Amino acid sequence: MTERVVRLPDVGEGIAEAELVEWQVQVGDLVREDAVLGAVMTDKATVEIPSPAEGRVVWLAGKVGDMLAIGSDFVRLDVDGKGETSTTTAAPAVQTTSAPARKAGHAARATPAIAPAHVAPSPQPLATPARREGERPLAAPAVRLRAREAGIDLRQLHGSGPAGRITHDDLDSYIARGSDDAPALRSRPKTAVTDTKVVGLRRKIAERMSIANARIPHITYVEEVDVTALEDLRAKLNEQKRTDRPKLTLLPFLMQAIVRAVAAQPELNAHFDDEAGIVHQHAAVHMGIATQTGAGLMVPVVRHTEARDLFDCAAEVIRVTEAARNGTATRDELIGSTITITSLGALGGLATTPIINHPEVAIVGVNRIAIRPHWDGAGFVPRKMMNLSSSFDHRVIDGFNAALFVQRIKTQLETPAMIFIDV
Amino acid sequence: MNDTTCKLLVIGAGPGGYTCAIRAGQLGIDTVVVESEKPGGTCLNIGCIPSKALIHAADTYETVARAADGKAQLGISALKPSLDFTKTIAWKDDIVRRLNGGVSGLLKRAGVRYVAGHASFHDGKTVEVHTTNGVQLIHAETIVIATGSAPIELPSLPFGGRVISSTDALALAEVPKRLIVVGGGYIGLELGTAFAKLGADVTVVEATPRILPQYDGELSDPVARRLRALGVTVLTSAKAKALVAEGTALLIETADGGQTTLEADKILVTVGRKPATSGFGLELLDLDMDGPYIRIDDRCRTSMRGVFAIGDVTGEPMLAHRAMAQGEMVAEIVAGHRRAWDRVAIPAICFTDPEIVMVGLSPSEARDKGLEVKSDLFPFKASGRALTLDRDDGFIRTVARADNHVLLGIQGVGPGLAELSAAFSLALEMGARLEDIALTIHAHPTLSEGFHEAALRSLGHAIHV
Repeated sequence: MTERVVRLPDVGEGIAEAELVEWQVQVGDLVREDAVLGAVMTDKATVEIPSPAEGRVVWLAGKVGDMLAIGSDFVRLDVDGKGETSTTTAAPAVQTTSAPARKAGHAARATPAIAPAHVAPSPQPLATPARREGERPLAAPAVRLRAREAGIDLRQLHGSGPAGRITHDDLDSYIARGSDDAPALRSRPKTAVTDTKVVGLRRKIAERMSIANARIPHITYVEEVDVTALEDLRAKLNEQKRTDRPKLTLLPFLMQAIVRAVAAQPELNAHFDDEAGIVHQHAAVHMGIATQTGAGLMVPVVRHTEARDLFDCAAEVIRVTEAARNGTATRDELIGSTITITSLGALGGLATTPIINHPEVAIVGVNRIAIRPHWDGAGFVPRKMMNLSSSFDHRVIDGFNAALFVQRIKTQLETPAMIFIDV
Repeated sequence: MNDTTCKLLVIGAGPGGYTCAIRAGQLGIDTVVVESEKPGGTCLNIGCIPSKALIHAADTYETVARAADGKAQLGISALKPSLDFTKTIAWKDDIVRRLNGGVSGLLKRAGVRYVAGHASFHDGKTVEVHTTNGVQLIHAETIVIATGSAPIELPSLPFGGRVISSTDALALAEVPKRLIVVGGGYIGLELGTAFAKLGADVTVVEATPRILPQYDGELSDPVARRLRALGVTVLTSAKAKALVAEGTALLIETADGGQTTLEADKILVTVGRKPATSGFGLELLDLDMDGPYIRIDDRCRTSMRGVFAIGDVTGEPMLAHRAMAQGEMVAEIVAGHRRAWDRVAIPAICFTDPEIVMVGLSPSEARDKGLEVKSDLFPFKASGRALTLDRDDGFIRTVARADNHVLLGIQGVGPGLAELSAAFSLALEMGARLEDIALTIHAHPTLSEGFHEAALRSLGHAIHV
């Protein structure tokens, strides 16, 4: 037998390290050549690392959530054959999936590629699946009796014993925790604390939010927009739309309005490299669309919005947001935005304080449309009103420019014909 | 009319009733137990104990008879044995009598008042007992119904004459020359096997396609083979219809739909047992029922406050040890302790030859519950101890969850295997995994090594197979 070291390959993004997000094998497993050993995450993309050879896993690099250096030992295998200990850098699997394709923080234990031929009595811990609904807790009769006498429902306890067995010590700990209860309490207070390691996409989101919040002094500007005319237009266009065109939401109109606003104020469509002290203004408007996915917030990108018409924008928004939600978005579809739209409109709220998608300098937030009374000079009339909550990097965008930018957008949305006219 | 009051009244002094009463007495509860027959119930008087005595006597006789026939491989020869069946029955009765006395003594030592007589409900708090000294009214805060069960009678074959129940079979004055056993369940096969060993020409008539239908085929096959070796004729998918030829023969419908008659000296009907829920005024209480059984909750409480029910009258499995466990629990509940039924497994034993032990789930039962299982068995053909006992039939089988190896069931079939039921039950109650069994030293040479080996085999590294 020869030990073969599989090293973490360069996953092609010029990065120095990657986060371990999943093991698909555990020590003792036999794996076939090309079977997936585990997965690492880089900038919202998950890369599976296949095995370069058939062998038995004897060592794993770390646990889920660890950051591993590119080129460091990833897995060690015992493989058949003679000769010196060999080292291999595995090629990353061809399939590169966006983060939601795998649930962030997925349990490290997975079905081994090949079932072990022999299992020693207990050299390795077995999986302890969570108790299913209705499944009785595993505990010896004496533990069950003590619990009953103490009025403790064993289903509330987590067993520390093999296969989740509840021991006398577990019960002692639980009772000790409960002894702090004030007798006047109606029922036993809940004291359990659930620790969840922030890994995978959530960790990426946390890091980016921290950077944005720590480094960017935000100024948030909220303005009210009368979208009655826009909504009428939208309804008409949808009523008469061709079957090969997508249904229009407010979003493509907003995208078009932003394209026109940044044409007048290009400094809003920019990245600020604060270390170099340079603002990179982009001619292309790559619109980030903040999207809630099952795995967390992602920002897929509609590239070259400046070159798209209304329906094209609508179709591309649908395509990239669906790709983000179902985990098929490519890395290129998830990076490179120059200005971002965020919306919590469906959930209501009068105003929000959007966090800028670093290193961008502006983000436009959409709040819910509501019919509100509007004074037209003679009386109150019902109008469809919507707030825009927009944040700007105050280091490079002054409040005046921010307000001007929002007013430009407002003007176009309130007079939607402006969106279609080059001025 | 003599009135008595007590805190706890137990109706029936079978395994459930006397256990409940004894435990209640130990806990200082003022307890009365009423029984119309001898203490000990079906188990002690006409069931478990006398049948096992008869089975043991039959085993011994058969062993000697084989030696006399020159069939023993042990190098032991014997003169042809003779059987004084009257003496056998007397020996059996003496065991029962001693145990009857033992139960009475235990009740007395626990301070339980014993009333011999037939109890009948007056209302939910009062029972009328007809004793040899007249009628006695007993008022109780709490009443436990432990009236047990009785053999089921076939309408076409009422008990009487040549048609006998299991109770009658245990009190026969002589071994019948030709015995037909109607019903291939555990009671019929236990008694049928014993009488076959005692020299009877035994035929078993079973309506389903195989004997012991409540066990899986893997477990019942060794018993079927042994029955054949003992010369017992087993007719499966056959139905007993009626007595013919002036009651000397049994008309049966065979598997192919034809009819035939079998001459018999005795026809033992063992087609099951029914709960004893009539004849003692239960209808006055109007308790909720669960089919033919009294409905109980996990504390053996019936639908009436202060009325409990335990044992066979509450449903399957009708086993003495289940009743005992229920009785003990109820006594503690009455004493104010927090108790509820939370047992993982109730072992079931069939004292056939070879014996069958079943604890927990069989592989198919576990799979029916949607569980992925690891199951394997160790055959006694590979057991040194089995060979030294001149019996290599049977096996021990483990059933465990595939994901965490926690044992779900343990079954075995083999000579003398009943005693291993304790280990099997303990393993399940403790939540043992295959690894726990594999890492426990099992003494060599014993049959219990089969348990160890079955666990090892499930883990993929059996040593002796």
